[in-house]
Amino acid sequence: MSLSAPPAPPQLVKPDTHRAPSSRRFRLSRWDIKYSPYIYVAPFFILFAVFGIYPVLQTARMALYDWNLIGDHTFTGLDNFTALMGDEYFWNAVKNTFGIFLLATVPQLLGALFLANLLNQNMRGRMFFRLMIVAPNVTSVAAVAIVFAVLFRRDFGLVNWVLGFFGVDAIDWKGQTWSSWTAIATMVDWRWTGYNTLILLAAMQAIPKDIYESASLDGAGKWRQFWSITMPQLRPTLIFVVTVSTIGGLQLFTEPVIFGDGRILGGAQREFQTIAMYMYEKGFNDLQFGYGSAIAWALFIMIILVSGVNYLLIRRSVK
Amino acid sequence: MSTGSKRLWQASPLTYGALILASLLSLFPFYFMFIVATRKLEVINAVPPPFSPGGDFGDNFGRVLDNEHAAFLYGLINSVIVSCAVTLSVVFFSALAGFAFAKLRFKGRNILLLAIVGTMMVPTQLAIIPLYGMMQDWGWGATLQAVIVPFMVTAFGVFMMRQYASSAISDELIEAARVDGCGTFRIFWSVVAPALRPAAGVLGLLTFMDTWNSFLWPYAILDSDTPTVQVSLALLSSAYYTDYAQVFAATAVATVPLLLVFVVFGRQIIGGIMEGAVKA
Repeated sequence: MSLSAPPAPPQLVKPDTHRAPSSRRFRLSRWDIKYSPYIYVAPFFILFAVFGIYPVLQTARMALYDWNLIGDHTFTGLDNFTALMGDEYFWNAVKNTFGIFLLATVPQLLGALFLANLLNQNMRGRMFFRLMIVAPNVTSVAAVAIVFAVLFRRDFGLVNWVLGFFGVDAIDWKGQTWSSWTAIATMVDWRWTGYNTLILLAAMQAIPKDIYESASLDGAGKWRQFWSITMPQLRPTLIFVVTVSTIGGLQLFTEPVIFGDGRILGGAQREFQTIAMYMYEKGFNDLQFGYGSAIAWALFIMIILVSGVNYLLIRRSVK
Repeated sequence: MSTGSKRLWQASPLTYGALILASLLSLFPFYFMFIVATRKLEVINAVPPPFSPGGDFGDNFGRVLDNEHAAFLYGLINSVIVSCAVTLSVVFFSALAGFAFAKLRFKGRNILLLAIVGTMMVPTQLAIIPLYGMMQDWGWGATLQAVIVPFMVTAFGVFMMRQYASSAISDELIEAARVDGCGTFRIFWSVVAPALRPAAGVLGLLTFMDTWNSFLWPYAILDSDTPTVQVSLALLSSAYYTDYAQVFAATAVATVPLLLVFVVFGRQIIGGIMEGAVKA
Protein backbone atom coordinates (compact mmCIF):
# COMPACT_ATOMS: atom_id res chain seq x y z
CA MET A 1 0.00 0.00 0.00
CA SER A 2 2.57 2.52 1.04
CA LEU A 3 4.62 1.53 -1.98
CA SER A 4 2.33 3.49 -4.24
CA ALA A 5 2.72 6.70 -2.26
CA PRO A 6 2.59 9.71 -4.58
CA PRO A 7 5.86 11.42 -5.33
CA ALA A 8 6.56 14.48 -3.25
CA PRO A 9 5.22 17.63 -4.93
CA PRO A 10 7.74 20.09 -6.29
CA GLN A 11 8.97 22.65 -3.82
CA LEU A 12 7.33 25.55 -5.59
CA VAL A 13 3.78 24.30 -5.24
CA LYS A 14 4.08 23.41 -1.58
CA PRO A 15 2.97 26.69 -0.01
CA ASP A 16 -0.15 26.59 -2.19
CA THR A 17 -1.20 23.09 -1.28
CA HIS A 18 -0.62 24.02 2.30
CA ARG A 19 -2.96 26.95 2.16
CA ALA A 20 -5.59 25.59 -0.21
CA PRO A 21 -7.24 23.03 2.13
CA SER A 22 -7.66 25.51 4.95
CA SER A 23 -9.28 28.11 2.73
CA ARG A 24 -11.41 25.43 1.15
CA ARG A 25 -12.41 24.27 4.61
CA PHE A 26 -13.22 27.85 5.49
CA ARG A 27 -15.38 28.24 2.40
CA LEU A 28 -16.93 24.88 3.08
CA SER A 29 -17.81 25.78 6.63
CA ARG A 30 -19.30 29.10 5.56
CA TRP A 31 -21.37 27.28 3.01
CA ASP A 32 -22.27 24.72 5.67
CA ILE A 33 -23.47 27.33 8.17
CA LYS A 34 -25.39 29.25 5.58
CA TYR A 35 -27.14 26.54 3.63
CA SER A 36 -27.31 23.34 5.63
CA PRO A 37 -30.35 24.53 7.66
CA TYR A 38 -32.27 24.66 4.39
CA ILE A 39 -31.17 21.16 3.51
CA TYR A 40 -32.33 19.91 6.90
CA VAL A 41 -35.81 21.36 6.63
CA ALA A 42 -36.10 20.57 2.92
CA PRO A 43 -37.36 16.96 3.20
CA PHE A 44 -40.56 18.13 4.86
CA PHE A 45 -41.23 20.84 2.30
CA ILE A 46 -40.43 18.62 -0.67
CA LEU A 47 -42.72 15.88 0.56
CA PHE A 48 -45.44 18.36 1.45
CA ALA A 49 -45.21 20.04 -1.94
CA VAL A 50 -45.53 16.76 -3.81
CA PHE A 51 -47.99 14.88 -1.59
CA GLY A 52 -49.76 17.84 0.06
CA ILE A 53 -49.94 21.12 -1.82
CA TYR A 54 -50.07 19.67 -5.30
CA PRO A 55 -52.94 17.24 -4.60
CA VAL A 56 -54.88 19.84 -2.59
CA LEU A 57 -54.68 22.31 -5.47
CA GLN A 58 -55.56 19.51 -7.84
CA THR A 59 -58.61 18.72 -5.72
CA ALA A 60 -59.66 22.34 -6.07
CA ARG A 61 -59.24 22.13 -9.85
CA MET A 62 -60.97 18.79 -10.24
CA ALA A 63 -63.95 20.06 -8.27
CA LEU A 64 -64.59 22.49 -11.11
CA TYR A 65 -64.56 19.78 -13.76
CA ASP A 66 -66.69 16.90 -14.85
CA TRP A 67 -63.69 14.64 -14.29
CA ASN A 68 -64.00 10.89 -14.43
CA LEU A 69 -61.16 8.41 -14.39
CA ILE A 70 -61.87 7.50 -17.99
CA GLY A 71 -62.96 9.97 -20.64
CA ASP A 72 -62.68 13.71 -21.17
CA HIS A 73 -62.42 16.33 -18.47
CA THR A 74 -64.88 19.10 -19.15
CA PHE A 75 -64.79 22.36 -17.26
CA THR A 76 -68.16 22.85 -15.62
CA GLY A 77 -67.50 25.69 -13.18
CA LEU A 78 -69.49 25.37 -9.99
CA ASP A 79 -71.84 22.71 -11.36
CA ASN A 80 -70.48 20.06 -9.00
CA PHE A 81 -71.19 22.28 -6.02
CA THR A 82 -74.66 23.18 -7.28
CA ALA A 83 -75.38 19.49 -7.72
CA LEU A 84 -74.03 18.83 -4.24
CA MET A 85 -76.41 21.35 -2.70
CA GLY A 86 -79.33 19.45 -4.17
CA ASP A 87 -77.95 15.97 -3.48
CA GLU A 88 -80.06 14.30 -0.80
CA TYR A 89 -77.42 11.62 -0.16
CA PHE A 90 -74.89 14.34 0.56
CA TRP A 91 -77.16 16.06 3.06
CA ASN A 92 -77.95 12.69 4.57
CA ALA A 93 -74.21 12.17 5.06
CA VAL A 94 -73.88 15.64 6.60
CA LYS A 95 -76.72 14.89 9.00
CA ASN A 96 -75.19 11.54 9.97
CA THR A 97 -71.72 13.00 10.46
CA PHE A 98 -72.90 15.81 12.71
CA GLY A 99 -75.29 13.53 14.57
CA ILE A 100 -72.56 11.04 15.39
CA PHE A 101 -70.13 13.87 16.14
CA LEU A 102 -72.42 15.48 18.74
CA LEU A 103 -73.47 12.15 20.19
CA ALA A 104 -69.80 11.22 20.60
CA THR A 105 -68.16 14.49 21.58
CA VAL A 106 -70.41 15.77 24.35
CA PRO A 107 -70.29 12.64 26.56
CA GLN A 108 -66.63 12.19 25.69
CA LEU A 109 -65.64 15.63 26.96
CA LEU A 110 -67.79 15.36 30.07
CA GLY A 111 -66.37 11.92 30.77
CA ALA A 112 -62.81 13.13 30.22
CA LEU A 113 -63.33 16.12 32.54
CA PHE A 114 -64.81 13.84 35.18
CA LEU A 115 -62.02 11.27 34.97
CA ALA A 116 -59.27 13.89 34.85
CA ASN A 117 -60.74 15.47 37.96
CA LEU A 118 -60.69 12.08 39.70
CA LEU A 119 -57.11 11.38 38.66
CA ASN A 120 -55.92 14.79 39.83
CA GLN A 121 -55.74 13.66 43.46
CA ASN A 122 -53.33 11.94 45.79
CA MET A 123 -53.86 8.24 45.30
CA ARG A 124 -52.27 4.87 44.99
CA GLY A 125 -51.79 3.36 41.57
CA ARG A 126 -52.09 6.61 39.64
CA MET A 127 -49.85 5.29 36.84
CA PHE A 128 -51.87 2.08 36.73
CA PHE A 129 -55.15 3.94 36.26
CA ARG A 130 -53.66 6.19 33.60
CA LEU A 131 -52.43 3.17 31.67
CA MET A 132 -55.81 1.46 31.91
CA ILE A 133 -57.71 4.51 30.79
CA VAL A 134 -55.55 5.27 27.76
CA ALA A 135 -55.15 1.64 26.64
CA PRO A 136 -58.10 1.78 24.19
CA ASN A 137 -56.34 4.56 22.32
CA VAL A 138 -53.46 2.35 21.24
CA THR A 139 -55.67 -0.25 19.55
CA SER A 140 -56.35 -0.13 15.87
CA VAL A 141 -59.65 1.43 14.85
CA ALA A 142 -60.43 -1.53 12.64
CA ALA A 143 -60.03 -3.93 15.56
CA VAL A 144 -62.21 -1.77 17.81
CA ALA A 145 -64.91 -1.57 15.18
CA ILE A 146 -64.90 -5.33 14.60
CA VAL A 147 -65.27 -6.09 18.31
CA PHE A 148 -67.95 -3.46 18.88
CA ALA A 149 -69.91 -4.56 15.83
CA VAL A 150 -70.25 -7.96 17.55
CA LEU A 151 -71.12 -6.44 20.92
CA PHE A 152 -73.86 -4.43 19.21
CA ARG A 153 -75.52 -7.29 17.33
CA ARG A 154 -79.28 -7.50 17.52
CA ASP A 155 -79.38 -11.20 18.39
CA PHE A 156 -76.93 -12.53 20.96
CA GLY A 157 -75.26 -9.11 21.26
CA LEU A 158 -73.90 -8.40 24.71
CA VAL A 159 -75.20 -4.83 24.79
CA ASN A 160 -78.74 -5.95 24.13
CA TRP A 161 -78.36 -8.66 26.75
CA VAL A 162 -77.35 -6.09 29.38
CA LEU A 163 -80.12 -3.73 28.33
CA GLY A 164 -82.53 -6.65 28.67
CA PHE A 165 -82.07 -6.49 32.44
CA PHE A 166 -83.51 -3.00 32.33
CA GLY A 167 -86.49 -4.19 30.35
CA VAL A 168 -85.29 -2.83 27.00
CA ASP A 169 -86.31 -4.92 23.99
CA ALA A 170 -83.59 -6.10 21.62
CA ILE A 171 -82.47 -3.14 19.51
CA ASP A 172 -81.51 -3.55 15.86
CA TRP A 173 -78.43 -1.36 16.18
CA LYS A 174 -77.49 -1.41 12.50
CA GLY A 175 -81.03 -1.02 11.27
CA GLN A 176 -81.98 2.43 12.51
CA THR A 177 -80.48 5.87 12.38
CA TRP A 178 -80.36 6.70 16.08
CA SER A 179 -79.25 3.30 17.21
CA SER A 180 -76.44 3.07 14.67
CA TRP A 181 -75.27 6.56 15.59
CA THR A 182 -75.22 5.57 19.24
CA ALA A 183 -73.22 2.40 18.54
CA ILE A 184 -70.65 4.28 16.46
CA ALA A 185 -70.41 7.13 18.98
CA THR A 186 -69.74 4.52 21.67
CA MET A 187 -66.78 3.16 19.68
CA VAL A 188 -65.37 6.66 19.25
CA ASP A 189 -65.77 7.44 22.94
CA TRP A 190 -64.25 4.18 24.08
CA ARG A 191 -61.18 4.97 22.02
CA TRP A 192 -60.77 8.69 22.75
CA THR A 193 -62.10 9.49 26.24
CA GLY A 194 -58.92 8.27 27.94
CA TYR A 195 -56.67 10.22 25.62
CA ASN A 196 -58.54 13.45 26.30
CA THR A 197 -58.53 12.65 30.02
CA LEU A 198 -54.73 12.65 30.01
CA ILE A 199 -54.55 15.94 28.15
CA LEU A 200 -56.98 17.62 30.55
CA LEU A 201 -55.19 16.06 33.52
CA ALA A 202 -51.88 17.51 32.32
CA ALA A 203 -53.48 20.94 32.16
CA MET A 204 -55.08 20.52 35.61
CA GLN A 205 -51.75 19.63 37.14
CA ALA A 206 -50.25 22.80 35.76
CA ILE A 207 -52.68 24.89 37.84
CA PRO A 208 -50.93 26.15 41.00
CA LYS A 209 -52.28 24.35 44.07
CA ASP A 210 -52.24 27.41 46.32
CA ILE A 211 -55.12 28.94 44.37
CA TYR A 212 -57.25 26.06 45.57
CA GLU A 213 -55.90 26.33 49.08
CA SER A 214 -56.84 29.96 49.46
CA ALA A 215 -60.23 29.26 47.88
CA SER A 216 -60.94 26.50 50.34
CA LEU A 217 -59.89 28.80 53.21
CA ASP A 218 -62.47 31.21 51.87
CA GLY A 219 -65.01 28.42 52.21
CA ALA A 220 -65.42 27.47 48.56
CA GLY A 221 -66.57 23.85 48.16
CA LYS A 222 -65.16 21.37 45.65
CA TRP A 223 -67.86 22.01 43.10
CA ARG A 224 -67.43 25.75 43.36
CA GLN A 225 -63.66 25.42 43.02
CA PHE A 226 -64.10 23.29 39.91
CA TRP A 227 -66.24 25.92 38.20
CA SER A 228 -64.41 29.03 39.35
CA ILE A 229 -60.80 27.85 39.22
CA THR A 230 -60.35 24.66 37.20
CA MET A 231 -62.61 25.40 34.24
CA PRO A 232 -61.29 28.91 33.47
CA GLN A 233 -57.70 27.69 33.75
CA LEU A 234 -58.46 24.84 31.39
CA ARG A 235 -59.79 27.09 28.66
CA PRO A 236 -56.85 26.91 26.21
CA THR A 237 -56.66 23.14 26.64
CA LEU A 238 -60.41 22.77 26.14
CA ILE A 239 -60.16 24.73 22.92
CA PHE A 240 -57.36 22.44 21.82
CA VAL A 241 -59.25 19.26 22.72
CA VAL A 242 -62.49 20.38 21.08
CA THR A 243 -60.67 21.46 17.93
CA VAL A 244 -58.86 18.15 17.61
CA SER A 245 -62.11 16.25 18.27
CA THR A 246 -63.88 18.31 15.63
CA ILE A 247 -61.25 17.69 12.98
CA GLY A 248 -61.24 13.97 13.76
CA GLY A 249 -64.99 13.66 14.26
CA LEU A 250 -66.04 15.28 10.99
CA GLN A 251 -63.62 13.03 9.09
CA LEU A 252 -65.06 9.88 10.68
CA PHE A 253 -64.59 6.93 8.35
CA THR A 254 -63.21 3.66 9.68
CA GLU A 255 -65.70 2.95 12.48
CA PRO A 256 -68.86 3.28 10.38
CA VAL A 257 -67.32 1.41 7.43
CA ILE A 258 -66.40 -1.64 9.50
CA PHE A 259 -69.58 -1.42 11.57
CA GLY A 260 -71.42 -1.78 8.24
CA ASP A 261 -69.45 -4.94 7.33
CA GLY A 262 -67.00 -3.05 5.13
CA ARG A 263 -69.64 -1.51 2.90
CA ILE A 264 -69.28 2.12 1.97
CA LEU A 265 -73.03 2.89 1.94
CA GLY A 266 -73.29 2.74 5.74
CA GLY A 267 -76.40 0.64 6.25
CA ALA A 268 -79.17 -0.46 3.93
CA GLN A 269 -80.78 2.98 3.88
CA ARG A 270 -77.49 4.89 4.42
CA GLU A 271 -78.38 5.27 8.08
CA PHE A 272 -74.77 5.90 9.07
CA GLN A 273 -72.94 6.94 5.92
CA THR A 274 -70.61 9.82 6.84
CA ILE A 275 -69.31 12.59 4.56
CA ALA A 276 -65.93 10.90 4.25
CA MET A 277 -67.66 7.67 3.23
CA TYR A 278 -69.76 9.46 0.63
CA MET A 279 -66.62 11.06 -0.76
CA TYR A 280 -65.04 7.62 -0.96
CA GLU A 281 -68.12 6.21 -2.66
CA LYS A 282 -68.14 8.91 -5.33
CA GLY A 283 -64.37 9.18 -5.78
CA PHE A 284 -63.17 5.59 -5.55
CA ASN A 285 -66.19 3.40 -6.21
CA ASP A 286 -67.90 5.46 -8.91
CA LEU A 287 -64.59 7.06 -10.02
CA GLN A 288 -66.22 10.48 -10.31
CA PHE A 289 -63.12 12.40 -9.28
CA GLY A 290 -64.66 15.82 -9.91
CA TYR A 291 -67.71 15.25 -7.75
CA GLY A 292 -65.65 13.49 -5.07
CA SER A 293 -63.30 16.50 -4.96
CA ALA A 294 -66.25 18.84 -4.47
CA ILE A 295 -67.32 16.72 -1.47
CA ALA A 296 -63.76 16.89 -0.10
CA TRP A 297 -63.78 20.68 -0.26
CA ALA A 298 -67.22 20.89 1.28
CA LEU A 299 -65.94 18.77 4.17
CA PHE A 300 -62.87 20.95 4.63
CA ILE A 301 -64.95 24.13 4.70
CA MET A 302 -67.26 22.60 7.29
CA ILE A 303 -64.30 21.64 9.48
CA ILE A 304 -63.01 25.20 9.40
CA LEU A 305 -66.43 26.69 10.14
CA VAL A 306 -67.19 24.34 13.02
CA SER A 307 -63.72 24.79 14.53
CA GLY A 308 -64.22 28.56 14.39
CA VAL A 309 -67.64 28.37 16.04
CA ASN A 310 -66.29 26.05 18.74
CA TYR A 311 -63.48 28.44 19.42
CA LEU A 312 -65.80 31.40 19.83
CA LEU A 313 -68.27 29.45 21.98
CA ILE A 314 -65.64 28.17 24.39
CA ARG A 315 -63.91 31.51 24.59
CA ARG A 316 -67.14 33.17 25.51
CA SER A 317 -68.73 30.59 27.80
CA VAL A 318 -65.66 29.76 29.90
CA LYS A 319 -64.23 32.92 31.31
CA MET B 1 -48.20 20.84 51.95
CA SER B 2 -50.36 21.49 54.99
CA THR B 3 -52.52 18.70 56.35
CA GLY B 4 -55.64 20.57 55.32
CA SER B 5 -54.66 20.67 51.67
CA LYS B 6 -53.54 17.06 51.83
CA ARG B 7 -57.01 16.08 52.89
CA LEU B 8 -58.42 18.26 50.14
CA TRP B 9 -56.48 16.26 47.53
CA GLN B 10 -56.91 12.81 49.02
CA ALA B 11 -58.83 10.35 46.85
CA SER B 12 -61.94 8.88 48.45
CA PRO B 13 -63.07 5.24 48.10
CA LEU B 14 -65.72 6.51 45.71
CA THR B 15 -62.95 7.84 43.46
CA TYR B 16 -61.25 4.46 43.44
CA GLY B 17 -64.55 2.78 42.67
CA ALA B 18 -65.20 5.05 39.68
CA LEU B 19 -61.67 4.59 38.36
CA ILE B 20 -61.82 0.81 38.71
CA LEU B 21 -65.11 0.81 36.81
CA ALA B 22 -63.55 2.96 34.07
CA SER B 23 -60.57 0.60 33.88
CA LEU B 24 -62.84 -2.42 33.51
CA LEU B 25 -64.78 -0.72 30.72
CA SER B 26 -61.45 0.04 29.02
CA LEU B 27 -60.26 -3.52 29.24
CA PHE B 28 -63.47 -5.38 28.52
CA PRO B 29 -63.42 -5.24 24.68
CA PHE B 30 -59.84 -6.56 24.67
CA TYR B 31 -60.84 -9.33 27.02
CA PHE B 32 -63.90 -10.20 24.97
CA MET B 33 -61.72 -10.28 21.86
CA PHE B 34 -59.32 -12.82 23.40
CA ILE B 35 -62.17 -14.99 24.69
CA VAL B 36 -63.80 -15.26 21.27
CA ALA B 37 -60.44 -15.69 19.54
CA THR B 38 -59.56 -18.69 21.71
CA ARG B 39 -62.89 -20.53 21.63
CA LYS B 40 -65.09 -22.38 19.22
CA LEU B 41 -67.35 -20.45 16.89
CA GLU B 42 -70.54 -21.34 18.82
CA VAL B 43 -69.41 -19.29 21.79
CA ILE B 44 -70.22 -16.08 19.95
CA ASN B 45 -73.90 -16.77 20.47
CA ALA B 46 -73.61 -17.52 24.17
CA VAL B 47 -74.94 -14.76 26.39
CA PRO B 48 -73.31 -14.12 28.73
CA PRO B 49 -70.04 -15.21 27.12
CA PRO B 50 -67.81 -17.68 28.99
CA PHE B 51 -65.52 -16.08 31.49
CA SER B 52 -62.25 -17.78 30.62
CA PRO B 53 -60.27 -18.18 27.39
CA GLY B 54 -60.38 -21.56 25.64
CA GLY B 55 -57.88 -23.63 23.71
CA ASP B 56 -59.02 -23.18 20.12
CA PHE B 57 -56.83 -20.27 19.13
CA GLY B 58 -54.64 -22.51 16.96
CA ASP B 59 -57.65 -23.77 15.02
CA ASN B 60 -59.08 -20.30 14.54
CA PHE B 61 -55.84 -18.73 13.48
CA GLY B 62 -55.18 -21.67 11.16
CA ARG B 63 -58.32 -20.72 9.27
CA VAL B 64 -57.01 -17.14 9.06
CA LEU B 65 -53.75 -18.35 7.54
CA ASP B 66 -55.58 -20.56 5.02
CA ASN B 67 -57.72 -17.64 3.93
CA GLU B 68 -56.20 -16.43 0.69
CA HIS B 69 -58.68 -13.63 0.19
CA ALA B 70 -57.49 -11.70 3.23
CA ALA B 71 -53.75 -12.54 2.91
CA PHE B 72 -53.42 -11.88 6.63
CA LEU B 73 -49.85 -13.07 7.13
CA TYR B 74 -48.75 -11.01 4.18
CA GLY B 75 -50.59 -8.02 5.62
CA LEU B 76 -48.86 -8.51 8.95
CA ILE B 77 -45.41 -8.58 7.34
CA ASN B 78 -46.23 -5.57 5.18
CA SER B 79 -47.39 -3.63 8.23
CA VAL B 80 -44.14 -4.39 10.03
CA ILE B 81 -42.14 -3.18 7.03
CA VAL B 82 -44.24 -0.06 6.49
CA SER B 83 -44.43 0.91 10.17
CA CYS B 84 -40.70 0.47 10.74
CA ALA B 85 -39.72 2.33 7.57
CA VAL B 86 -42.05 5.25 8.31
CA THR B 87 -41.01 5.42 11.98
CA LEU B 88 -37.25 5.49 11.28
CA SER B 89 -37.68 8.05 8.56
CA VAL B 90 -40.02 10.31 10.54
CA VAL B 91 -37.74 10.30 13.58
CA PHE B 92 -34.61 11.04 11.55
CA PHE B 93 -35.99 13.81 9.33
CA SER B 94 -38.06 15.37 12.12
CA ALA B 95 -35.05 15.48 14.42
CA LEU B 96 -32.93 17.04 11.68
CA ALA B 97 -35.51 19.69 10.84
CA GLY B 98 -36.43 20.25 14.49
CA PHE B 99 -32.75 20.86 15.28
CA ALA B 100 -32.47 23.34 12.41
CA PHE B 101 -35.55 25.26 13.56
CA ALA B 102 -34.53 25.31 17.20
CA LYS B 103 -30.79 25.91 17.03
CA LEU B 104 -29.66 27.19 13.62
CA ARG B 105 -30.12 30.69 12.38
CA PHE B 106 -31.31 31.14 8.83
CA LYS B 107 -33.41 33.52 6.80
CA GLY B 108 -37.14 32.75 6.78
CA ARG B 109 -36.91 30.44 9.77
CA ASN B 110 -40.00 31.73 11.57
CA ILE B 111 -42.14 31.84 8.47
CA LEU B 112 -41.17 28.31 7.48
CA LEU B 113 -41.94 27.04 10.98
CA LEU B 114 -45.32 28.75 10.90
CA ALA B 115 -46.00 27.15 7.52
CA ILE B 116 -45.26 23.73 8.98
CA VAL B 117 -47.65 24.23 11.87
CA GLY B 118 -50.26 25.49 9.41
CA THR B 119 -50.06 22.34 7.30
CA MET B 120 -51.32 20.33 10.27
CA MET B 121 -54.77 21.81 9.61
CA VAL B 122 -55.11 20.24 6.17
CA PRO B 123 -57.10 17.00 6.40
CA THR B 124 -56.04 13.89 4.47
CA GLN B 125 -59.32 13.77 2.62
CA LEU B 126 -58.55 16.98 0.79
CA ALA B 127 -55.59 15.42 -1.00
CA ILE B 128 -56.63 11.83 -1.33
CA ILE B 129 -58.38 11.74 -4.71
CA PRO B 130 -55.60 13.36 -6.79
CA LEU B 131 -53.05 11.42 -4.75
CA TYR B 132 -54.78 8.26 -5.85
CA GLY B 133 -54.60 9.31 -9.50
CA MET B 134 -50.97 10.35 -9.12
CA MET B 135 -49.99 7.00 -7.63
CA GLN B 136 -51.71 5.16 -10.48
CA ASP B 137 -49.84 7.32 -13.02
CA TRP B 138 -46.52 6.52 -11.37
CA GLY B 139 -47.31 2.83 -11.27
CA TRP B 140 -47.36 3.00 -7.46
CA GLY B 141 -50.90 1.64 -7.12
CA ALA B 142 -51.03 -1.31 -4.71
CA THR B 143 -47.36 -0.93 -3.75
CA LEU B 144 -45.86 -0.37 -0.33
CA GLN B 145 -44.04 2.80 -1.33
CA ALA B 146 -47.47 4.38 -1.85
CA VAL B 147 -48.12 4.08 1.89
CA ILE B 148 -44.54 4.88 2.98
CA VAL B 149 -43.14 7.74 0.93
CA PRO B 150 -45.85 10.40 1.50
CA PHE B 151 -45.51 9.94 5.28
CA MET B 152 -41.74 9.95 5.67
CA VAL B 153 -41.69 13.20 7.63
CA THR B 154 -44.62 14.84 9.43
CA ALA B 155 -45.39 18.36 10.56
CA PHE B 156 -46.24 17.04 14.02
CA GLY B 157 -42.84 15.34 14.25
CA VAL B 158 -40.89 18.42 13.20
CA PHE B 159 -42.79 20.62 15.61
CA MET B 160 -42.41 18.20 18.50
CA MET B 161 -38.66 17.84 17.96
CA ARG B 162 -38.24 21.57 17.65
CA GLN B 163 -40.00 22.14 20.97
CA TYR B 164 -37.85 19.56 22.67
CA ALA B 165 -34.59 20.69 21.08
CA SER B 166 -35.08 24.33 22.08
CA SER B 167 -35.39 23.44 25.75
CA ALA B 168 -33.06 20.43 25.98
CA ILE B 169 -29.98 21.67 24.15
CA SER B 170 -27.99 24.72 25.18
CA ASP B 171 -26.59 27.09 22.57
CA GLU B 172 -23.22 26.98 24.32
CA LEU B 173 -22.92 23.27 23.62
CA ILE B 174 -23.39 23.85 19.91
CA GLU B 175 -21.01 26.82 19.89
CA ALA B 176 -18.37 24.72 21.62
CA ALA B 177 -18.69 21.99 19.01
CA ARG B 178 -18.39 24.62 16.28
CA VAL B 179 -15.22 26.01 17.79
CA ASP B 180 -13.84 22.46 17.83
CA GLY B 181 -14.32 22.48 14.07
CA CYS B 182 -17.40 20.26 13.81
CA GLY B 183 -19.53 20.67 10.71
CA THR B 184 -23.27 21.16 11.14
CA PHE B 185 -24.18 17.59 10.39
CA ARG B 186 -21.46 16.33 12.70
CA ILE B 187 -22.90 18.52 15.45
CA PHE B 188 -26.33 17.07 14.80
CA TRP B 189 -25.13 13.51 14.79
CA SER B 190 -22.74 13.55 17.77
CA VAL B 191 -24.11 16.30 20.01
CA VAL B 192 -27.79 16.94 19.25
CA ALA B 193 -29.12 13.51 18.33
CA PRO B 194 -28.06 11.86 21.62
CA ALA B 195 -29.69 14.68 23.57
CA LEU B 196 -32.91 14.35 21.57
CA ARG B 197 -33.22 10.65 22.35
CA PRO B 198 -36.12 10.82 24.86
CA ALA B 199 -38.30 12.89 22.54
CA ALA B 200 -37.27 10.79 19.56
CA GLY B 201 -38.39 7.71 21.46
CA VAL B 202 -41.84 9.11 22.13
CA LEU B 203 -42.20 10.36 18.57
CA GLY B 204 -41.13 6.94 17.31
CA LEU B 205 -43.73 5.17 19.46
CA LEU B 206 -46.55 7.49 18.42
CA THR B 207 -45.56 7.26 14.75
CA PHE B 208 -45.33 3.47 14.87
CA MET B 209 -48.80 3.14 16.37
CA ASP B 210 -50.28 5.68 13.99
CA THR B 211 -48.83 3.95 10.96
CA TRP B 212 -49.81 0.50 12.16
CA ASN B 213 -53.40 1.72 12.64
CA SER B 214 -53.70 3.83 9.52
CA PHE B 215 -56.71 2.81 7.46
CA LEU B 216 -58.33 5.18 4.94
CA TRP B 217 -55.37 5.68 2.60
CA PRO B 218 -54.12 2.06 2.64
CA TYR B 219 -57.71 0.91 2.13
CA ALA B 220 -57.99 3.14 -0.94
CA ILE B 221 -54.65 2.46 -2.58
CA LEU B 222 -53.81 -1.14 -1.60
CA ASP B 223 -55.63 -4.34 -2.51
CA SER B 224 -55.72 -7.94 -1.37
CA ASP B 225 -52.40 -8.67 -3.12
CA THR B 226 -50.42 -6.22 -0.95
CA PRO B 227 -52.56 -5.36 2.07
CA THR B 228 -51.47 -3.89 5.36
CA VAL B 229 -52.81 -5.67 8.41
CA GLN B 230 -55.71 -3.23 8.78
CA VAL B 231 -56.75 -3.78 5.16
CA SER B 232 -56.57 -7.53 5.75
CA LEU B 233 -58.79 -7.14 8.80
CA ALA B 234 -61.32 -5.14 6.84
CA LEU B 235 -61.34 -7.72 4.03
CA LEU B 236 -61.70 -10.51 6.54
CA SER B 237 -64.47 -8.88 8.53
CA SER B 238 -66.49 -7.93 5.49
CA ALA B 239 -66.32 -11.28 3.70
CA TYR B 240 -66.22 -13.72 6.63
CA TYR B 241 -68.25 -11.93 9.25
CA THR B 242 -70.13 -15.13 10.00
CA ASP B 243 -66.94 -16.84 11.16
CA TYR B 244 -66.35 -14.57 14.13
CA ALA B 245 -63.82 -16.91 15.70
CA GLN B 246 -61.58 -16.54 12.67
CA VAL B 247 -62.01 -12.76 12.44
CA PHE B 248 -61.35 -12.32 16.16
CA ALA B 249 -58.25 -14.50 16.04
CA ALA B 250 -56.87 -12.22 13.33
CA THR B 251 -57.93 -9.11 15.24
CA ALA B 252 -56.19 -10.37 18.37
CA VAL B 253 -52.97 -11.08 16.47
CA ALA B 254 -53.10 -7.63 14.87
CA THR B 255 -53.56 -6.04 18.30
CA VAL B 256 -50.86 -7.90 20.21
CA PRO B 257 -47.86 -5.96 18.78
CA LEU B 258 -49.49 -2.70 19.87
CA LEU B 259 -50.31 -4.04 23.32
CA LEU B 260 -46.71 -5.20 23.71
CA VAL B 261 -45.41 -1.77 22.75
CA PHE B 262 -47.89 -0.31 25.21
CA VAL B 263 -46.97 -2.61 28.08
CA VAL B 264 -43.25 -1.92 27.64
CA PHE B 265 -43.39 1.79 26.83
CA GLY B 266 -46.74 2.83 28.34
CA ARG B 267 -45.17 5.33 30.73
CA GLN B 268 -43.28 7.06 27.93
CA ILE B 269 -46.41 7.21 25.78
CA ILE B 270 -48.40 8.75 28.62
CA GLY B 271 -45.56 11.18 29.27
CA GLY B 272 -45.50 12.12 25.60
CA ILE B 273 -49.24 12.77 25.45
CA MET B 274 -49.26 14.83 28.64
CA GLU B 275 -46.14 16.89 27.90
CA GLY B 276 -47.38 17.62 24.41
CA ALA B 277 -50.60 18.91 25.91
CA VAL B 278 -48.91 21.38 28.23
CA LYS B 279 -46.68 22.78 25.50
CA ALA B 280 -49.40 23.05 22.87
